[in-house]
Amino acid sequence: MLPLLPLLILLLSFLAGSAQTVVSGKVKDGKGRPVQGASISLKDTYDGATSDTLGDYHFKTTEKGEQVLLATSIGFKLQEQKITISGATMHIDIVLKQEPNELTAVTITAGSFEASDTKRTTVLNPIDIVTTASANADITSAIKTLPGAQQVGESEGLFVRGGTAQETKVFIDGTLVNNFFFSSVPDIAQRGRFSPFIFKGTVFSAGGYSALYGQALSSALILESVDLPDQSSASVGISTVGLNGGFQKLAKKKNASWGVNYNYTNLAAYFAVVKQRPDNFKIPEFHNGEANFRIKTSKTGMLKFYGYFNYNRLGLRRPDIDSIELKNAFKLTNFNVYGNLSWKEKLGKKWHLYMGASYSNNTDKIGNELQDQHNVPVSMNMEPYDTKTFYVRSNGELAQIKTVLERRLYGLSAVRFGGEYMYFTDRNTYTNQYVTNGTTTAEDHFKAAFAEADIYLTNDLAAKFGGRFEHSSQLDKANVVPRISLAYKVGNKAQASLAYGIFYQKPEKDYYLRGYAYNNLLYTKATHYIANYQRVSRDYTLRIEGYYKKYANLVKTYGTSNAGIIDSVATSGYGEAKGIELFWRDRKTLKNVDYWISYSYLDTKRDYLNYPYAIQPNFAANHTASLVVKKFVTKIKTQFNGSYTFATGRPYYNIKYSNTAGKYQIADQGKTITYNNLSFSVNYLPTIGNAKTKNFIVWVLSVNNVLGSDQVFGYNYSYNGMRKDPVLPTARRFYFLGCFLSFGVDRSDDVINSNL
Amino acid sequence: MKQLFFILLSIVIVSQGIAQSEKFTKAMTTGIATFDSAKTADDMLASAAAFERIGDAEKTQWLPYYYASLSQVIYAFMKNDMSQSDAYANKAEELLKKADALQPNNSEISCVKSMIATLHMLVNPQNRWQEYGPVIQTELDNAKKQDPANPRPYYLQGQNLRNTPEQFGGGCTTAKPVLEEALKKYETFKPASAIAPNWGKGQVEKTLATCK
Repeated sequence: MLPLLPLLILLLSFLAGSAQTVVSGKVKDGKGRPVQGASISLKDTYDGATSDTLGDYHFKTTEKGEQVLLATSIGFKLQEQKITISGATMHIDIVLKQEPNELTAVTITAGSFEASDTKRTTVLNPIDIVTTASANADITSAIKTLPGAQQVGESEGLFVRGGTAQETKVFIDGTLVNNFFFSSVPDIAQRGRFSPFIFKGTVFSAGGYSALYGQALSSALILESVDLPDQSSASVGISTVGLNGGFQKLAKKKNASWGVNYNYTNLAAYFAVVKQRPDNFKIPEFHNGEANFRIKTSKTGMLKFYGYFNYNRLGLRRPDIDSIELKNAFKLTNFNVYGNLSWKEKLGKKWHLYMGASYSNNTDKIGNELQDQHNVPVSMNMEPYDTKTFYVRSNGELAQIKTVLERRLYGLSAVRFGGEYMYFTDRNTYTNQYVTNGTTTAEDHFKAAFAEADIYLTNDLAAKFGGRFEHSSQLDKANVVPRISLAYKVGNKAQASLAYGIFYQKPEKDYYLRGYAYNNLLYTKATHYIANYQRVSRDYTLRIEGYYKKYANLVKTYGTSNAGIIDSVATSGYGEAKGIELFWRDRKTLKNVDYWISYSYLDTKRDYLNYPYAIQPNFAANHTASLVVKKFVTKIKTQFNGSYTFATGRPYYNIKYSNTAGKYQIADQGKTITYNNLSFSVNYLPTIGNAKTKNFIVWVLSVNNVLGSDQVFGYNYSYNGMRKDPVLPTARRFYFLGCFLSFGVDRSDDVINSNL
Repeated sequence: MKQLFFILLSIVIVSQGIAQSEKFTKAMTTGIATFDSAKTADDMLASAAAFERIGDAEKTQWLPYYYASLSQVIYAFMKNDMSQSDAYANKAEELLKKADALQPNNSEISCVKSMIATLHMLVNPQNRWQEYGPVIQTELDNAKKQDPANPRPYYLQGQNLRNTPEQFGGGCTTAKPVLEEALKKYETFKPASAIAPNWGKGQVEKTLATCK
């Protein structure tokens, strides 16, 4: 019998093992609320349960002795605890800790609007930029429908919260872009050079932006270029303004791609049909080329190159403001190259590296000529006519490199630091009746170092602390600035943020290139204070933001001439801006309709340039509002987009030098009429959903200022102040009709899926 | 006597082993029955958790993880909460990766991959089709290639087409032949074992019924 004993013991233990123990309890989160759907289990056994709506769980087990009880749920950390099962009923309550999660965590939003493809719910998406009716696929025109930006039609750029266009800087893949817009033409706003289709992410910061960026007093527009395309494709397009063709090749292994694009724009046909106010003696003609490559350097690394080239010419003639006998003929030739190389890589588990280098070279050849009624050049020796005929060739180069290292800390917290180096060289050659080939140059070695930390105290409270050190060799001065922002989640979908920061910007290069006298120029300076409340859900977005901005050391110009001649400059100006902005977006209330409304209130004054004292600048309107509506009608495969923008009148001034007072004075002033612009666009996609075709066709028709509302952007005054002419758009309306095809890509499947 | 002892001992050891695999099959059979009869989203989540427990305990079986992931995806579809869909899809993906590592190039796993991509895409179709549209298609193609007899990729494709507006080449006209093809395949489909995937026939019939 003896040998059977172990067997008996074995059998007994087997029987004993079958006896069941009940384990039950409650699962709660850190705030004591029950967690439903949490999974509770005994490690390495089948035994466990899922918690119910009250957080209660209950299961039976045949296990005995030391066991590990596991509990987890989506959004919470895995919780492990040792328990000893003895057979008696066990009651174990579990508290789950929230896992830091980008989806639910608070994000710092004061000052910035983000448009991106990433999974986080954002205010705008890249496709919104392309389909905003008034924008005509121009990035900054779409941004102008957001709160913070002014409706300025007479010059390009983003005028943000009482700031000039120069106070907004554009960054592509981390590095500064000089000449983001086509070269200026007097009284006509120019478009951005780059197609919105090359960007996957856009951050428009109307203030309080990160320490990684600098030299912009008001605003930063941060663009991120696209990664690898989904498929190889060829494309062609024809429109009322030109032709384009391109090719994108994706490697078989889908780890690299290259592409080229060419764009030819010629406005001859358009100007023949739609009458323009100026006399375009040289019809605008543009040649644009683009080349890119993108290489996946590893599982986590990506190297991207984007190269751009542009050559364009135009010439227009307008009546001279000082004499009814004379005309002013303006000619421009622009040559621009831009290249951007960027690399990002994950180093080990916690480090990220971002590197960017870019180079740009821009040459403008500008000629202005005083002509008589027969378009024959006229030479006159008296003020103000003597300086109206001139020729200038200006060349600007910028080479830069930037490196950012990021280290992940606990949870979502991270630190970032790095540096950048920019080398600016500018050269102007000027000729008029007094000077022949007068050459001026300016050069700046600009260095910056920066660091910032994102600290998540909890999932609901985050802070960003940053600092930036800059040195410009041109100014021979350094500065150190703090940037701080805080965000606190005040509900499931709502959060409040605060931001504070100091921003410096060196005076524009023109002040160094025009031979003005200056002594010890300082960095111009702005201090931002921003408070923001935001509520974002899938269907609605509500955003309210208030700000106060204080300017110091703005550029002042001094002289005694009324023909615009400046003798000296100094950084003794100042100013302030305050306002409230609202944004509301609704994708749900009206079926298949997506609309947003934005409103900005701005109260600003500044004393800069030749202003006699602090006044509301001519680029600032007190009230600006936009309504943007989009509707896709499945039945006819057509998207309808509409937008309406309103702005109250902007002030205008005639600032004249008074010999008796010995300073500039306001000789005349007024306010322009209100600005109204109703625009429509229609996108027709006939091949959408046709699984048999590999071609994808888009027709685009758009009309700006459909109602033909009068728009006045300001007034130009004659030298003697006796005459003022309104600054008007070049035509009452703008029309665009285009057809774009892409071949060899079966995108219909994708489009079908998008409408599931 | 000694002989008897060893015989008895070996019986105990073997029966323990058999008991273990019987226990697995039994747990899986129960699990699949619960999965098949799940009526609410919470039932589906409980099913996902039960399969995950089996998978974690067994460590070498792909089927529990497969079913866990599938239950998680169906749970997400039933919940239909877009603010959570990505998190649910990520969880399903995490489970499916374990199944995929144990059983690479499996037609059934490719089907679930396609369902996960659909889940991600539906959160924001307008902006996500470029990323997920091709994944949905590629995974269904893979599933068909990996096992031409498997009716489920045809069912899923038919279902997708059924939910696509007619103007985009979807609707009953295009979905019907694919669903009928799926049904034909269901008639002849023989699951590899009692616990191997064998679902979807009822849903095909239901979907087809909406097209009459």
